[in-house]
Amino acid sequence: MSEARRERWLAFLLILPSIVLIAIFVYGFIGWTTAASLSKWDGVVPDYTWVGLDNFKQLFSQEGGVAAQRFTIDLWNTLFFTILFLVICVGIGLLLAILLDQKVKGEGVFRTIYLFPMALSFVFTGVIWQWIFAPGTETRLRGVNALLNMVGLDALRWGWYTDPSMPQFTIGGTQITIPFHVALIPVIIAAAWQMIGYTMAMYLAGLRGIPEEIREAARVDGASEISIYRRIILPMLQPITLSALIVLGHISLKIFDLVYSMTGSGPGFATDMPGIFMFETTFRGNHYSQGAAISIVMLLMIALVIIPYLIYSFRREVEL
Amino acid sequence: MTAQPVAAQNEARPQYRAARRRRLDPSRIAIYILLFLFAVIFLIPVYVLVISSLKSFNEVQDLSRMWLPPQDAYFKTFSEAWSGIPEQGLRGLGPNLLNSIKLTVPATILSAMLGSINGYILSKWKFRGSRTIFFLMLFGMFIPYQSVLIPLTQTLGRIGLGGTLWGLILVHVVYGIPITTLIFRNYYAEVPTDLIEAARIDGAGLLGVYRKVLFPLSLPGFVVVIIWQFTNIWNEFLFAVSILQRPEMQPITVALRNLSGSQIKEWNIVMAGTLIAAVPTLLIYIILGRYFIRGLLAGSVKG
Repeated sequence: MSEARRERWLAFLLILPSIVLIAIFVYGFIGWTTAASLSKWDGVVPDYTWVGLDNFKQLFSQEGGVAAQRFTIDLWNTLFFTILFLVICVGIGLLLAILLDQKVKGEGVFRTIYLFPMALSFVFTGVIWQWIFAPGTETRLRGVNALLNMVGLDALRWGWYTDPSMPQFTIGGTQITIPFHVALIPVIIAAAWQMIGYTMAMYLAGLRGIPEEIREAARVDGASEISIYRRIILPMLQPITLSALIVLGHISLKIFDLVYSMTGSGPGFATDMPGIFMFETTFRGNHYSQGAAISIVMLLMIALVIIPYLIYSFRREVEL
Repeated sequence: MTAQPVAAQNEARPQYRAARRRRLDPSRIAIYILLFLFAVIFLIPVYVLVISSLKSFNEVQDLSRMWLPPQDAYFKTFSEAWSGIPEQGLRGLGPNLLNSIKLTVPATILSAMLGSINGYILSKWKFRGSRTIFFLMLFGMFIPYQSVLIPLTQTLGRIGLGGTLWGLILVHVVYGIPITTLIFRNYYAEVPTDLIEAARIDGAGLLGVYRKVLFPLSLPGFVVVIIWQFTNIWNEFLFAVSILQRPEMQPITVALRNLSGSQIKEWNIVMAGTLIAAVPTLLIYIILGRYFIRGLLAGSVKG
């Protein structure tokens, strides 16, 4: 064997362990989970008897079994959580990045403060915010409610993550309920607290990548600072917004630790998420095939977002 | 100004900036007020965390004082959080913190080494199909880990690693492959091919090039990857709670969540425990923030 060929083989051999591990632990295991989701396995002992899509039908059935009811709530919760979380993170993240880009004094200090939650565990965040938003009782107010009481804003007190209600409207005699659990609001605040800094860092990196000459030229042409942002800088930040939406979106689609440690499922599953349902039904209830089915639904939701993004990133890399 | 040569323009810029800074118009005051307000909001949880962990049990029970600083700083909470209060059936978090260290340090080192090798091959020794392999690896970074959890616990049990720290270390090394490979691949891609050619003319082979050229240049890459993996593994919860059932084996994230999820009234101890558990990653962030951000952005922006 020639030296060059030998080296080519050596290169492949060096990376082979990783390829094998990923092949087994990612793709093999996903296949295994898929098999479990199509099986009868409902107990500690594995049982791979084929039942087709029964486990999925149970999650999506119209008859309204307990599992289907819970999973429907989970999907609505995921949808509203994701939308609000993305809007808040991108909105405030972009705002903070633009503010920090104004050559402010102490920029480093502000940046450090906005970004430090990223260094914390979602679990710690959940524990702290659980304490902050705990409503307490009428006689023993806690958390934010105690603060509101202190400053005389008692009208704003409510049950926070213990409130199982959903907004209702009456339009023309018919009552409309929006399937959004208000108990999610404190959880969204906690999640945004953790991830806004990350979004800001992404935008800031983008802003720093825009050459000063471009702004300078626009100023010379008489453009105001605001219109420079609106017409030149914001359009240039669009790829970053896409990245931010993908990264934050896939985090929120599979969110587990934060919600599990902050509120758990909540009253009437008000803060339940597919990730929590999967974990509890699998490892607490031993309903393995049901847990597998939930996780496959989660995987499909995320693949729908991530695979086009990965392909797009790879294409862009080729062009460079 | 447009007529000036570029060099002159660049020279003029600092003065131009200085002139803008001196002007304290209302819009700049508004910027500072906004930045300051957001900073205060971001620090509220830290404030609550610190004041609550410095309170005695009696004081933390007094909810009317929840937002007020402690009357007397009570440092014993930290030692109670570390070693527990056996007479009240409160387990200490110290052993769990040690578990976190025993888990995080080896897993971080192993996955950094693996990532460095993979990144080297995938950036400098591309072979047919290496792009596809990289693509398939990267997808593993985004999957919800719930979708591998059942086979994972089954397999670890079967190979005798169920419920052990080594099992969890293996898991973190494996699922760390995509991100560590990505960071190192992008890092090594910046190393000029000339350097490698020169080493090869001197007779260095595949391993020689790595040892003589790439590895000595790798320190910043290793810092980014080690910080990233350390933070992630230290903070991780789902794998740990699914794999480690015995309380004395669990890392700090699981122990803390179990403590706060129980009917505990000693919130000063929960808060002190959280503070202790957050210190390692916070310190890294404050000291090496630059590298932390680089790792953060590597996960989203492909270079």
